[in-house]
Amino acid sequence: MKFVHYLDKITNINVYAFTSFGIFAFVFIVMLVYVFKTDKKTFQDISRIPLD
Amino acid sequence: MQVEKYYYDNKIVKAFAYATMLFGIVGMLVGLLVAIQFYLPAATFNFAPTTFGRLRPLHTNAVIFAFVGNCMFMGIYYSLQRLCKARMFSDTLSWIHFWGWQAIIASAAITLLLGYTTGKEYAELEWPIDIAITLVWVVFGINMFGTILKRRERHLYVAIWFYIATWVTVAMLHIVNSIEMPVSLFKSYSWYAGVQDALVQWWYGHNAVAFFLTTPILGIMYYFLPKAANRPVYSYRLSIIHFWALIFLYIWAGPHHLLYTSLPDWAQSLGSVFSIMLIFPSWGGMLNGLFTLRGAWDKVREEPVLKFFVVAVTCYGMSTLEGPLLSIKSINAISHFTDWTIAHVHIGAMGWNGFMAFGLLYFLVPKMWNTTLYSKKLATNHFWLGTIGIVIYAIPMYWAGFTQAQMWKTFTEEGTLKFQFLETVTHIIPMYVTRSIGGALYLVGALMMVYNVIRTIAKGSFIANEAAEAAPLVKNENHGREYWHRVIERKPLMMLVVSLILVAIGGLLELIPTFLVKSNIPTIAQVKPYTPLELQGRDIYVREGCYTCHSQMVRPFRDEVARYGEYSKAGEFVYDHPFQWGSKRTGPDLAREGVGRLKKTDSWHYNHLLDPRLMSPGSIMPSYVFLLENTLDTSNTAAKINAMRTIGVPYPEGYENIANKELMAQANGIRIGLKMDKIETPAIAEVVALIAYLQRLGKDISTVPKEPTASR
Repeated sequence: MKFVHYLDKITNINVYAFTSFGIFAFVFIVMLVYVFKTDKKTFQDISRIPLD
Repeated sequence: MQVEKYYYDNKIVKAFAYATMLFGIVGMLVGLLVAIQFYLPAATFNFAPTTFGRLRPLHTNAVIFAFVGNCMFMGIYYSLQRLCKARMFSDTLSWIHFWGWQAIIASAAITLLLGYTTGKEYAELEWPIDIAITLVWVVFGINMFGTILKRRERHLYVAIWFYIATWVTVAMLHIVNSIEMPVSLFKSYSWYAGVQDALVQWWYGHNAVAFFLTTPILGIMYYFLPKAANRPVYSYRLSIIHFWALIFLYIWAGPHHLLYTSLPDWAQSLGSVFSIMLIFPSWGGMLNGLFTLRGAWDKVREEPVLKFFVVAVTCYGMSTLEGPLLSIKSINAISHFTDWTIAHVHIGAMGWNGFMAFGLLYFLVPKMWNTTLYSKKLATNHFWLGTIGIVIYAIPMYWAGFTQAQMWKTFTEEGTLKFQFLETVTHIIPMYVTRSIGGALYLVGALMMVYNVIRTIAKGSFIANEAAEAAPLVKNENHGREYWHRVIERKPLMMLVVSLILVAIGGLLELIPTFLVKSNIPTIAQVKPYTPLELQGRDIYVREGCYTCHSQMVRPFRDEVARYGEYSKAGEFVYDHPFQWGSKRTGPDLAREGVGRLKKTDSWHYNHLLDPRLMSPGSIMPSYVFLLENTLDTSNTAAKINAMRTIGVPYPEGYENIANKELMAQANGIRIGLKMDKIETPAIAEVVALIAYLQRLGKDISTVPKEPTASR
């Protein structure tokens, strides 16, 4: 039996891997921008919610 | 502004707390029994419902869905009301959720013991129960979102994000993985076959760990740890990064359970990469938890609740470091199929989930009964007993896993395998004995907690409805320019949608290529559908949970090819609904059981199932004497053939009408063969069907003309 690497037959298979990394990088960077642009006071207030 | 008075519902929290304790003890007891069966096969009592293959799914389901599930609901129902400054949306829905979940647990326990199983790990429950789970989950979701929508607190605290992500992802995972073709009320076949089934199953299986055992408990950690330490979480900023990175990365990691299998390399590598990246958010979360206690470590010395939380969070850190390491192919080559995995999951289950549950109970019971804990000393003793129990459990299992993997892979100077499979099992039996001692200590600790809780309840007075006051939420308040995230975090439904998109992207991009494979799988002409008798035998194999100890996946390693035969190919499994690759080799791989050096006679199998020690002295496999006595139910053969045809197995039209005739012809052949070996059995005995299936394993591929095979 000839064992063909069948995924090779899918057109542009690499696009799936690149897309996944692209989406991850985008979401992660946007989230980091938000987190570091928000002022500390807001986070301090929210973090006290369980204690109120 | 006028403040509103309202009442928190503690009764529902109490109910879930009782269920947590009850099912925790049950799950641990079953775990202890199966641990003992490893060195005392007679502990199966020669009784079908108490064989390892049926008890092991009961143990995992009891611990995951009954113990941790009820603990999750206990924590969510308590914290969500307080974080939203509102009573639960509907008391009726709360109780439907509670009793619905307990009914599911009861039906799961009964059906699993009776052998009704789909044969997919952690998703063993049959289709009517799957539907019930979906309905109860929807009830829980309506109640949760209803509460969030009527909240009196503008911001959604990070714990609620974890709860929302849990709800949406578990719903998605459960539905996708549970698509099955019913044959009868308690029998179905997975809609997916072979490679696809494996990928969907471990996409589900891994994320059951992620979104059932981890994210809700992290939400609970983010609420209860600051509460118990009486100080806010160390870094709220870090908690946001933890949340988004975790849910996004986790969903991709499933294929790390299938390294070196017939799953496409592409998917394996993707799973490995995302798994390794998971270290960062996981450790961010762990450090956030531990740093919350900065300057409060003196309290940890005094307070049992914090002691449990600290060890739980530490175990979370250990598990989430080890998980990514196990996703590295070279490490996975050693750990997979061995007890190393068992050690790893028990650090998570006993350390992270168990200790969070214990800490939660020690925190909540005195609060809800308006009293103090009956005995802090007893709780501290529980803590030490539990911790020592975990250590005595885990270390022997790590040792056993590593030892066995090394023994599997050792060759003599002449180039032959040095150890028979059985030798690698008997060698580690002392580790199994030690492991069960660790488990027993852990169970004794849990029983001490139950006693402590009962005494605490006896001296307190339960507050069924806890009064609270807060100002209502003002709508349309103008905050000027806002960051998008703050908008999202105020709108729970948007949070749900964004979470769903993130996890769905991960799921789809991971699954789609493998589904496309369907038309591209190299068809192996020799791979034929199972005969009716083999199909019935396979269903017995699934029913008895043989996959809990035997894999059917020869990895492309020198030792495995030498021990079992040619490595497994994707095209071999196209008719396997469900796949039976397994995840642990307490017994040897069976993928090539019917061919080559591994082939045994029918009478060998018969005697082996009667008493494994007759044929393999020292074997720890249970006796399956009941299979010799049970009559095969052939009334459902036609329905099974029809169901299989519907999901793509090419049985010709009308074949169902002659299936039983063919079944009897094949069974008679086996019966006559056994008779020649002086074994009298009716052709219609279950054992005959199982033998037919075992003799089929690997047969198709053995008839394929040989070509040089690639080595990896």
